[in-house]
Amino acid sequence: MKIGVYLCQCGGNISKVIDLEETKKYVDNKDVEIVQIHSNMCSGAGQKLITNDIEKLGLDKIVVAACSPHFHEKTFRAAMDKAGLNPYVLEIANLREHVSWPLKKYPEIATEKSKDIVNIAIEKVAKNYALEKKSFKMENKVLVIGGGIAGIQASLDLAEAGKQVTLIEKEASIGGKMALLTKTFPTEDCAACILSPKMADVAAHPNIRLLTNTVVTKTSGHRLHFEIEAETKPAYIKPNVDMDECLACEKCQEVCPVSVPNEWEMSISNRKAIYIPAPLAIPYKYLIDDQNCLNFLDNSCNKCEEICPQKVIDFSQKPEKIHFAVDNVVVTTGYDTIDPNLKPMFGYDKYKNVVTGLEMERIIDHLNEKPPPRDIGNKVAFIQCVGSRDEQIGNEYCSRVCCMYATKLASLLKQDRPESDIYIFYTDIRAYGKGFEEYYKRAQEMGIKYIRGKVAEVNQNPDNNNLVLRAEDTLSRQIIESEFDLIVLSNGLQPNKSSDFIIDTFKLAKSSDGFIKEAHPKYKPVDTLIEGVFIAGTAQGPKDIPDTVVQAGAAAARVIGTLAKGEFDIDPILAFVNKDICDGCEKCLNSCPKDAIKMNAGKAEIIEALCLGGGSCLGSCPIEAIDLHGYTNSQMYATVKAALENKKKDELRIILFADNASTYRLADAVGIRKMAYAHEIYIVRVPSGSRITPALLLQTFVEGADAVLIGDNIAKGSAFPWSRDISLENIKSVTQKLNKAGFTGDRLRHYEFNSGMLKDFVEMANSVSEDVKKLTKITDKEVSRLKEMI
Amino acid sequence: MPKTIVLDKKSVDFLKKITDLSGETITLCDQCGTCSGGCPVVEDMDITPSQLMRMVLIGDQTVMQTKTMWLCATCNTCTVRCPRMLDVSKVAEALRQVTLRQSINKVKIDEISKEDLSELPQIALVAAFRKLTS
Repeated sequence: MKIGVYLCQCGGNISKVIDLEETKKYVDNKDVEIVQIHSNMCSGAGQKLITNDIEKLGLDKIVVAACSPHFHEKTFRAAMDKAGLNPYVLEIANLREHVSWPLKKYPEIATEKSKDIVNIAIEKVAKNYALEKKSFKMENKVLVIGGGIAGIQASLDLAEAGKQVTLIEKEASIGGKMALLTKTFPTEDCAACILSPKMADVAAHPNIRLLTNTVVTKTSGHRLHFEIEAETKPAYIKPNVDMDECLACEKCQEVCPVSVPNEWEMSISNRKAIYIPAPLAIPYKYLIDDQNCLNFLDNSCNKCEEICPQKVIDFSQKPEKIHFAVDNVVVTTGYDTIDPNLKPMFGYDKYKNVVTGLEMERIIDHLNEKPPPRDIGNKVAFIQCVGSRDEQIGNEYCSRVCCMYATKLASLLKQDRPESDIYIFYTDIRAYGKGFEEYYKRAQEMGIKYIRGKVAEVNQNPDNNNLVLRAEDTLSRQIIESEFDLIVLSNGLQPNKSSDFIIDTFKLAKSSDGFIKEAHPKYKPVDTLIEGVFIAGTAQGPKDIPDTVVQAGAAAARVIGTLAKGEFDIDPILAFVNKDICDGCEKCLNSCPKDAIKMNAGKAEIIEALCLGGGSCLGSCPIEAIDLHGYTNSQMYATVKAALENKKKDELRIILFADNASTYRLADAVGIRKMAYAHEIYIVRVPSGSRITPALLLQTFVEGADAVLIGDNIAKGSAFPWSRDISLENIKSVTQKLNKAGFTGDRLRHYEFNSGMLKDFVEMANSVSEDVKKLTKITDKEVSRLKEMI
Repeated sequence: MPKTIVLDKKSVDFLKKITDLSGETITLCDQCGTCSGGCPVVEDMDITPSQLMRMVLIGDQTVMQTKTMWLCATCNTCTVRCPRMLDVSKVAEALRQVTLRQSINKVKIDEISKEDLSELPQIALVAAFRKLTS
């Protein structure tokens, strides 16, 4: 083994505090091939120093003692790769962020500590070995779930980019909720006029396979390759018969004796049991509603079958299972409106002329039909925030669209019937979008009256059956009690109930509002926590059509970007099983939150494409057969041994296992700010707190640690949200052993950080150090007792 | 007639006092008016329940001179409807306590006439003593 050690001065950032010549002297005495000091290791010249030595001296392990690995680990790995050395036989000793900067005022301590930090890297790198990047091939296939405007837009964008799209819609036609709208705010474009061309494009696009009446029933697979099972409900019209054969002569519809509320008109009118969902339905095909058709209920009718001139009706059709594989998934499952019956004081169930916003859309759309579908009178009230911003029914959030849709419906009604007297009872008007405030002002100009007060209740006047509404006008502090002909409940948005299965099957997460959680609210707004699954539209949260279309385009772009690589690389920091040791006890199977461990011929096996490399499985193996590349048991034991090797008598040392994503970076940030903290803290980088097995904790005490800390990422937003629980479990079992061995005090602690908690970190470090100083010193007696117990 | 309100330490202290006494986070009040709209006795009040919340929030101590807190029947209609899960009746109770703790009785036992005493149901008297006396 030939180790090369490179000490970086960092233009003085390190060398003005740490006496690097001293450090070099220490390293010279170790079993290394060469030690070099350079002013800037990250510079071209610095890198050349390493690559030349690799070529000349045949170095096979490299230690760079410089800044945090989060700055230049990649740089040095790339340099090594160029010089023909595997990039993973590198260790970075973080002299700048973890030593010279926090200990800026204590150069002697810093110099001493630098020796330990470099020592750790040397001892660990000795155990490092070559790792190969794993890559998985991707094809060109995308599944879009949900055929509302989000799914339509995403599908079209993807199809245009040459992706093979399967669009699944559970209803008989695509179009979603937008197809139910009369016009759209604030421009008052007719919804059907701007939506139907897009729907037709979906049907006609050669790269889109449209499956309506279809739901996803099962998924499996991982990351960027998903196996999908879906089921299509039968339409009971013979397959492969399109409009060329079914003449749409409407004869079937005429003879059908069934009349049920038409869900495509929000039940304000009726349809038959054989029907075409909507005038602009895509696909434009007849289907039979088997929940209401008499042939299915009691076999008493087959009039449509008899009259059909083309004989395309087939009552015997069965649901069809479909299997296919895709590389990426876009979830656009949309919303449901909040059930107005959750607010019984508004009387939706009791009074006929209390309607929802979507019902009002259909009423307005048919306003000028003769006779109109419903007599709505002249005096109309809109009740805002029905189900939104209402913690009584568990909804803290604002639905974002109701202010504007009420304004739109009121404006449309007022334009059509200027004699109408319209009131909108609101809590706050949120007219935040482009053109919204102007639209709100135009409605006010038209004479629509906005009253600031949430309606308390709706009752009926027993004398004339008129609706009576009670509210406070919070601006004049008067109580309004007044009769209305029609009351429109501006009910809010909630996650579509069908999204529950999708969330479950793809292991997505929900935000506190119940909508699908994005990977990051700012930087990854259309990614989910599952690689290869993207979201758009109201599935992610309430939003209007423009925002939905923007997100759909963004999700499509993310898919296109992901698939453009052709294959995906994963970091080789993955779990692996030592097959010679594994005895097939299966204890590890339940330890993996990602289900990445399976049994194969009596031995555990890691499904690498699923493994995130957090290391939570390691503690579950009683015989250390499961291990983690980059942080193997032997590497970690070497690390803690090296960290405590030079500990002097009467010196305290506290090992902080810092998770790479937050605690380690936090310590970097503390260093960057030159914030001093107890120098007794030695930081060891780990992928997550759950990697720290009970055995490793015990070994750390045996090696001489006075206290051991685990710093984890705060579960919210962590890639390893389960780490905390596993860490705490491990700490519990080890603490029992420590107590038995006679260790006093609270020497084993768990902390949760995010990378912004600088002050908390410093306070934590200082207080732990103070606490430990007060404790009775650990003697050899306790350590040897602990050793015996292991 | 509008009066000028100074937002100073006194107003902050008043809000804090009522917040502590009631256990309600009064600053959460969104002024939606649901409480007032549903209040069965609001027509007899001089300020609406939501106005009471508002006055406490801005620390306007003239709220102590209003009738509303004494008229609140603690029927809790507002409590079960408040979209912010606030208990307005507890705030009214806190305001009553502040007055009653100064040994001010809103009902004087010896001033109740014998006629009234014979007609009033016992429970009304018990409630009045609990709610309206120190």
